[in-house]
Amino acid sequence: MARSVSTQRKLITTVFAWAIGIAIFFPILWTILTSFKTEAAAIADPPVWFNFDWTVENYATVQERSNYFRHFMNSMIISGGSTLLGLIIAVPAAWSMAFVPAKRTKDVLMWMLSTKMLPPVGVLVPIYLLFRDLGLLDTRIGLVIVLTLINLPIIVWMLYTYFKEIPGEILEAARMDGASLRSEIIHVLTPMAIPGMASTVLLNIILAWNEAFWTLNLTAAKAAPLTAFIASYSSPEGLFYAKLSAASTMAIAPILIMGWFSQKQLVRGLTFGAVK
Amino acid sequence: MATKHSRMSARLMISPAVLLLLGWMLIPLSMTLYFSFLRYNLLMPGMEEFTGLTNYRFFLTDPAFFAALWNTIALVVGVLVVTVIGGILLALLLDQPFFGQGIVRILVIAPFFVMPTVSALVWKNMFMNPVNGLFAHAAKALGLQPFDFLSSAPLASIIGIVSWQWLPFATLILLTALQSLDQEQLEAAEMDGAPWIKRFWYIMLPHLARAITVVILIQTIFLLSVFAEILVTTNGGPGTASTNLTYLIYMQSLLQFDVGGGSAGGVVAIILANIVAIFLMRMIGKNLDA
Repeated sequence: MARSVSTQRKLITTVFAWAIGIAIFFPILWTILTSFKTEAAAIADPPVWFNFDWTVENYATVQERSNYFRHFMNSMIISGGSTLLGLIIAVPAAWSMAFVPAKRTKDVLMWMLSTKMLPPVGVLVPIYLLFRDLGLLDTRIGLVIVLTLINLPIIVWMLYTYFKEIPGEILEAARMDGASLRSEIIHVLTPMAIPGMASTVLLNIILAWNEAFWTLNLTAAKAAPLTAFIASYSSPEGLFYAKLSAASTMAIAPILIMGWFSQKQLVRGLTFGAVK
Repeated sequence: MATKHSRMSARLMISPAVLLLLGWMLIPLSMTLYFSFLRYNLLMPGMEEFTGLTNYRFFLTDPAFFAALWNTIALVVGVLVVTVIGGILLALLLDQPFFGQGIVRILVIAPFFVMPTVSALVWKNMFMNPVNGLFAHAAKALGLQPFDFLSSAPLASIIGIVSWQWLPFATLILLTALQSLDQEQLEAAEMDGAPWIKRFWYIMLPHLARAITVVILIQTIFLLSVFAEILVTTNGGPGTASTNLTYLIYMQSLLQFDVGGGSAGGVVAIILANIVAIFLMRMIGKNLDA
């Protein structure tokens, strides 16, 4: 009896949860569907759901009209580059804070975090003028620099919390067994640090890919990543829903897939370890 | 025990990160502060002169500032209310046993990964457009007059869009916190005959308090800086109906080229953000000791 009640309850919960899940996901689903419609079908009233002539024409048009691939590459280079650069700077810092903590380590960590609290608009003017004078406006390298700096505190923090979980005794044991610092790093630490580093990389690529303040303000046609390129659809000409959908689908697909893999790390990274 | 040598190398390993962040903070901040005391317009090069607090006086007495301040608060509070309440309800639901938990979870968190310009444009055109949007189609099907969301209720519409983007974040964090709750405590309360609402109020909610605080503080930091969603939907309008502080300062500095005034606004924004940041830092700092 008790069992049948709980099964019934489970079924009701299932229906309810799926309905809400699909409702929340619906705008994304609708965008993906619309990207395969003709422009006429995209605004059809009543809306067409699945029974339309599927076409990939929009994807070709978006590429032809505005060289979509170039903006896609800009996004790749900017998010990948800033993550890599951030990692190179952050790994040694997080490493030494986790394994050779000093009195002021905590203060340094907190201070790094406080730089993240700075509202970007507070430094928009100087950064814009510096970029203009240094010739960095609308360049990929300029954006790589800015995104590295704004995400550096998160990278250091995430790595720190992961490194902190590696037990120090293992290092000591390795040292006792006569391992050199080099082999200690290669054979003992790296294998244990890799999962944490992978999650950090994933989360930072996502954050950099979607960053939409500096990318919009510091780029024009040349170095614009997808965030800024998509914004050009805000002043459209003629029918454009299907093309907007195609451009959007391609812009969010890679990060959606990455995001689903990193959902656990997301909590930890975005709360700076405050919720695990 | 750390040796002198390892301390030295540790310091050496930290210094690049520290120096870069120090530069990133100090150089632009001091420039913003300096510009805020100047009459400095990019359209009038060579005319810069010291004007004391004039920029602040103009910025803080501008009616647009009050509108923007109010809109900023409404946007932050509005999104917080929707996402925190919605997040708690969703977390409670997703914590129940049902078929396909993993897939529903994936569907629910998806909006968080959509870049702001895409989600704002998709909502603006394909849902909220008064002629071709899905909401208009639905209204017509029901015999109602289509509603022009972004002109008639611009701020509320933006709150809706931003809430959709942040609901997954709140849900995910609250769900994580909920799953760390001691199940035995709940079962004991259930056996003692405590009804669901009491179990929620006296056991679950206190347990979630920390996570809720973290959600509120972190979201506030990001929500104070909402920009792209406004840029691609309403451009802050009509009038100043959907201009927040970030957007006002952007207009002043990069569209009107008023570097001095924009910088004064920037300083004001920094002060406001810092008030929130102090609380957040305390929360996180406490956790660091544990």
